[in-house]
Amino acid sequence: MSAYIQGRLVTLVPVLIGVSIAVFLMLHLTPGDPARMVAGMDATPEQVDRVRHLLGLDQPLYRQYFGYVGRLLQGDMGRSIITHDRVIDDLWPRYQATVELTVAAMAVSVGVGLFIGIASAVRQYSVLDNALSVVALVGISIPAYWLGLMLIVAFSLRLRWFPVAGMGGLAHLVLPAVTLGAFAMAIVARMTRASMLDVLGQDYIQTVRAKGVREGRLLIRHALKNALIPILTVIGLQAGQLLGGAVLTESVFAWPGIGRFMVDAIQARDFPIVQGGVLLTALTFVLINLLVDLLYSAVDPRIKYA
Amino acid sequence: MAAGVPHTAAARSAEAFPGIPRRRTLLRRYLRNRAAVAGTILTAAVVLSALLAPTIAPTDPFSQSLSTTLRGPTPAHWFGTDSLGRDVFSRVVRGGRITLPVAFVGVLAAMITGVPLGLLAGYRGGVGASVIMRLTDVLLAFPSTLLAIAITSTLGVALTTVSVAIAIFSVPIYIRLVRAEILRLREREFVMAARCVGATDRLIIFRHLLPNALGPIIIQSSLNCALAILTVSALSFLGLGAQPPVPEWGAMLADGRGYMRVAPHVVVFPGLAIMITVLGFNLLGDGLRDAYDPRSTR
Repeated sequence: MSAYIQGRLVTLVPVLIGVSIAVFLMLHLTPGDPARMVAGMDATPEQVDRVRHLLGLDQPLYRQYFGYVGRLLQGDMGRSIITHDRVIDDLWPRYQATVELTVAAMAVSVGVGLFIGIASAVRQYSVLDNALSVVALVGISIPAYWLGLMLIVAFSLRLRWFPVAGMGGLAHLVLPAVTLGAFAMAIVARMTRASMLDVLGQDYIQTVRAKGVREGRLLIRHALKNALIPILTVIGLQAGQLLGGAVLTESVFAWPGIGRFMVDAIQARDFPIVQGGVLLTALTFVLINLLVDLLYSAVDPRIKYA
Repeated sequence: MAAGVPHTAAARSAEAFPGIPRRRTLLRRYLRNRAAVAGTILTAAVVLSALLAPTIAPTDPFSQSLSTTLRGPTPAHWFGTDSLGRDVFSRVVRGGRITLPVAFVGVLAAMITGVPLGLLAGYRGGVGASVIMRLTDVLLAFPSTLLAIAITSTLGVALTTVSVAIAIFSVPIYIRLVRAEILRLREREFVMAARCVGATDRLIIFRHLLPNALGPIIIQSSLNCALAILTVSALSFLGLGAQPPVPEWGAMLADGRGYMRVAPHVVVFPGLAIMITVLGFNLLGDGLRDAYDPRSTR
């Protein structure tokens, strides 16, 4: 097992290097002089040169990159152009808020998605299957921000069951989590249905039924466990996408997460914040994918690692 | 004739090349799928309404009337009016002419870039393929919405930038898809036969491999169009795409959210337009996939 983990971590290295290069180049690919952007359009040439020197932009590109990586490895993502605070200090509490929202959305999407997928597979071609398939299809087609707005109109403005916006207790989490989790729920439901149908058609399921095992135990203990690998893959992919897609939900519900903070930073041209946010989110995505890979062996002991 | 031995050229052909359905079979399977037909009709309706927008919705989408702001649906204004008294129906119909081309251009650019790279990575292998696949891994390391935001923030806020962003996050999907197809097909008997008769690599790729990989490419393109439309409207909603007063669906949602309490119609109809369009492309893509390979269960 440890050899496998080592192997996966080794393959991560080129990806992480590529991600850091892409994020580093963001500032340099921006049209115009990055030093002038940081110094401000009204800055004098001397001020711009000073900013260029302070940011190391007068160095060769490779030296700038290695300096950037060196600072990153020490946890230094630079300072915000607007607040002058350390980027990591600005980002970290917002990152935690986004993780909280993402975890809640994953709970909704996995719980509801598995239920819909299993119910659809067990009652294939029934009215229930068709209805749930429509729900899943609508789920992947509905824009998350529009769903959020509709939920606010229905449950916050009309019924007054939940607050309109902001972060607080559980009541504040419900609508944003449902909004963010809807697309992932639909994907999980569709994959669960397909995977369960595949497994339920296997001969060993007939054997288990013939032995008199109760249907519930058959579904969970024998069918779902064997159907889990592709479902896990999809859940892992969606967890990463949720992290990136949270920006829309955070905008609708004024959730103080990293996504919304980055959009504000883009409007304000605060590049260190945008770079730091993109890097943090991409790293989390890569690590989630690694975690999913490692979970395979826990789910399916037949996957042997040298 | 022995049982089980195919007795016609077509049957022998089908047995030699299992899994590559003939065009008539594809069409028959597709038309039998009611959801796929519904998706085709929805998609065609949306595209046609965008093309015929000046005829269907002749009212000027930019024309303001401050005496008729935030009115609900009426016979004069089928979808009501917005905060500046503009006709929402006209803006929703014209919005298709903004969103659809931006999305299609992005997906087309991704296809034109990704398919040749996938062909190269799948057929040649070697160092070039490794470099292409590592670059693909790097792009896939970013969630697509985040990547689109990062690109628009880098290159500047504009609809052309949105197309570029869509192209960039869609390219890895095509590279991986085409590479997987080529790896699957290149060891098939018909490719070996072509090599044996002296066909060049170029002929094998463009005459034999690419036509057989087209099915999955078309299916993926339909699904990518759905994702691209969501991305265009999402970026506009965040203020990173279309700018006011352009009648783009996402921008209309952003404009209208401040008035949801008193006039929910200003957010209902643009959102419905996005959902119906995306649903159409998803049903189309699902239908094509089921027709191409009925063993793939949805």
